[in-house]
Amino acid sequence: MFYRESGDFKKTYQKDNQTFPIKFDRWRYYFVMLVAFIVVPMFLTDYMANAVMTPFLVWAIAALGLNILVGYTGQLSLGTGGFMAVGAYATYKLMTAFPGMDMVSVVLLSGLITAVVGALFGLPSLRIKGFYLAVATLAAQFFLVWLLNKVPWFYNYSASGQISAPQREMFGVIITGPHATPVAGYLFCLVFAVGLAWVARNLTRGRLGRSWMAIRDMDIAAEIIGVNPLAAKLSAFAVSSFFVGIAGSLFFSVYLGAAEVTEAFGISVSFAVLFMVIIGGLGSIFGSFIGAAFMVLMPVLLKNILVGGMGWPTDLAAHFEFIIVGGLILIFLIVEPHGLAQMARVLKEKLRLWPFPH
Amino acid sequence: MKFTKLATIALTTMAVSAPVVADLVFPSLSYRTGPYASGGAPYADGYADYFTLLNERDGGIGGVKTAVPECETGYNTAKGVECYEATKGDGALTYQPLSTGITYQLIPKTMADDIPLMTQGYGRTSGANGKVFSHVFNFPANYWSGASRIINRIKEENSGSAEGRNIALVYHNSGYGKEPITTLKALADKEGFNLTLIPVDHPGQEQKSQWLQIRRERPDNIILYGWGVMNQVALKEAANIRYPMDQMFGIWWSGTDNDALEGMGSHGYKAATFHNVGSDFPVYADIQKFVVDAGLAAGDGSNVGTVLYNRGMYSAMLAASGAAKAQEIHGVKDITSGMMRDGLEALDVTDALMAAAGMPEFGPEFTVSCSNHGGPGDVGIQQWDANDRQWKLIGGFEAPDTKLINQLIKVDSEAYAAENNITPRDC
Repeated sequence: MFYRESGDFKKTYQKDNQTFPIKFDRWRYYFVMLVAFIVVPMFLTDYMANAVMTPFLVWAIAALGLNILVGYTGQLSLGTGGFMAVGAYATYKLMTAFPGMDMVSVVLLSGLITAVVGALFGLPSLRIKGFYLAVATLAAQFFLVWLLNKVPWFYNYSASGQISAPQREMFGVIITGPHATPVAGYLFCLVFAVGLAWVARNLTRGRLGRSWMAIRDMDIAAEIIGVNPLAAKLSAFAVSSFFVGIAGSLFFSVYLGAAEVTEAFGISVSFAVLFMVIIGGLGSIFGSFIGAAFMVLMPVLLKNILVGGMGWPTDLAAHFEFIIVGGLILIFLIVEPHGLAQMARVLKEKLRLWPFPH
Repeated sequence: MKFTKLATIALTTMAVSAPVVADLVFPSLSYRTGPYASGGAPYADGYADYFTLLNERDGGIGGVKTAVPECETGYNTAKGVECYEATKGDGALTYQPLSTGITYQLIPKTMADDIPLMTQGYGRTSGANGKVFSHVFNFPANYWSGASRIINRIKEENSGSAEGRNIALVYHNSGYGKEPITTLKALADKEGFNLTLIPVDHPGQEQKSQWLQIRRERPDNIILYGWGVMNQVALKEAANIRYPMDQMFGIWWSGTDNDALEGMGSHGYKAATFHNVGSDFPVYADIQKFVVDAGLAAGDGSNVGTVLYNRGMYSAMLAASGAAKAQEIHGVKDITSGMMRDGLEALDVTDALMAAAGMPEFGPEFTVSCSNHGGPGDVGIQQWDANDRQWKLIGGFEAPDTKLINQLIKVDSEAYAAENNITPRDC
């Protein structure tokens, strides 16, 4: 009944190659966009924006970035936290050094700076593979955090090493700083999330993305058929870091407004993003979003149910949160090792045949 | 995306169905889990118990009941922000997050939302400048007065001079631990001692390399700015290398009951404090009678009378006094957070007020003004007595190097004002 191709004739290659070839899927996508851009902003409260939606979008961008590296190119990275920190500190330095610069340029430039740093730390990937690469990127994580904490220039010599985002506006609307309305911050992040998802989708089905996937599937074979591993791996590191840097930039400027490198961008962040990618689904754009949703929304949801709804003591609820989220991760991975995105894919296949399974 | 929406819908219903409280609301952003729970739990107990006491004994503040909704932050800034957003809509009067990191997050937010932020002995030191930080109240003492008082104590013990001494600062490598560095550097130039900085990364369970360095360099004094599990580990390592304990000084967050070791290991360890020690105050009889015996104690009631419980209670008492003052100024019983701010700014803590609260001579006398939100910064010195297993005050509450600190506060707060386009208030 749903997801039927029948009657949906494609007359051009372009139409045949579109992201959502099935009509139902396409309309569902338009509907989600409509909800995200128009309906959600109408009902957005401070709490929903600052504790749920904005962090979800920011983490989704980070997961998207890491998915390009881990999911599409097969290079395991544990440096996400460090790269997010680079994005955040680049934003802080740009915002304070050039007060007149508009926020879109600041965020994009921060992404570019992170891309350069990421490519630099991607260099070892040409020689080392698999778990050893994970260790090398782990070094990036610790080195970057140490560097940003050690050199006072990065935090403008403030006494405590904290950085805080000054107020900036675009088109007369305040986007960063304490006076920003929740809707402005949400929409700002949403534009970036949608735009970057679009970029990621089109990169991964183009020449570059195919070279990444070739490297992932078998690097020697890829080299033999003419894929340049240097270009493919470094471009994957650069693009991935660009995304992660933008996530770090938005995390600091729009979501938190102030940050401290050891606390906000520690190793736990790297693991959290990696879990998002694995739970959501390696090599899937949708998976990045759903993985981020799972990791960000689940604890908040559980907290509200356990403490707000059932009146449990906060410490007990906090511990149970860990148990329940951890248990759910296990269950999901046992039921579907390829992540939530694969579950959605299977569901889609089933729905296509429904109600006649054969 | 389906899941997202389901969660969103569920969350909205949760947010809407949350109970609306019409009392005086003092949200407690506490942490009873994670590596800092040993510090967070007794503080949160003290904070909650004092308000329970006010409700049970006096029927609230000025006849209006108080409510202390608790929200678990785990000492994590992102969770702290979530807690802030979740509770501010319920008519929150003031926030006391007990975390320097969360304080930094909340300073701009509370200013925008017109909610006073109280940080007793932590947070941003330059928040003492009320001209710039209109909504931050960090009386009665701050990190810099603590650091200065410790240096003064070292001078006292060494015939008035710290010249040429090697002093090591072992600190939590975060906003909190880094806060005193500016002051100590300025003091090192002024007093002529050598300062070595030894950072310990979060959470501080692993300090072998730091203490190896200390063992090698043998500094004359150690100043400890630690929190949670880091304190216990530091004191244990110090005992292991047989560092003379009486030459080691902690800030008040490193001078709690949890930190001192079993046995004689930490006998003689000193720590700064901005309030009195022990449970020998009339208020404890009331807490026992109205809260603990009535089964209303937060937590399991085992923390009553410990250093951090005292501090949480003291902070609650100052917040309650601020609320009472606000009721008096505005002539309204159901005050708003804006009125609460005015109340705190007009706060005049006298010995009579402390005695009336059942806490005579528990904390210093001080007056808050529009320009000074930091109080006098008088700091005492306590010493751990392992024989009696308790802290004892050994140095009176004395003013630190106020001139130097005020100068540093001025520089730091003006830098913040310039960065964030804040025009300092005229007062």
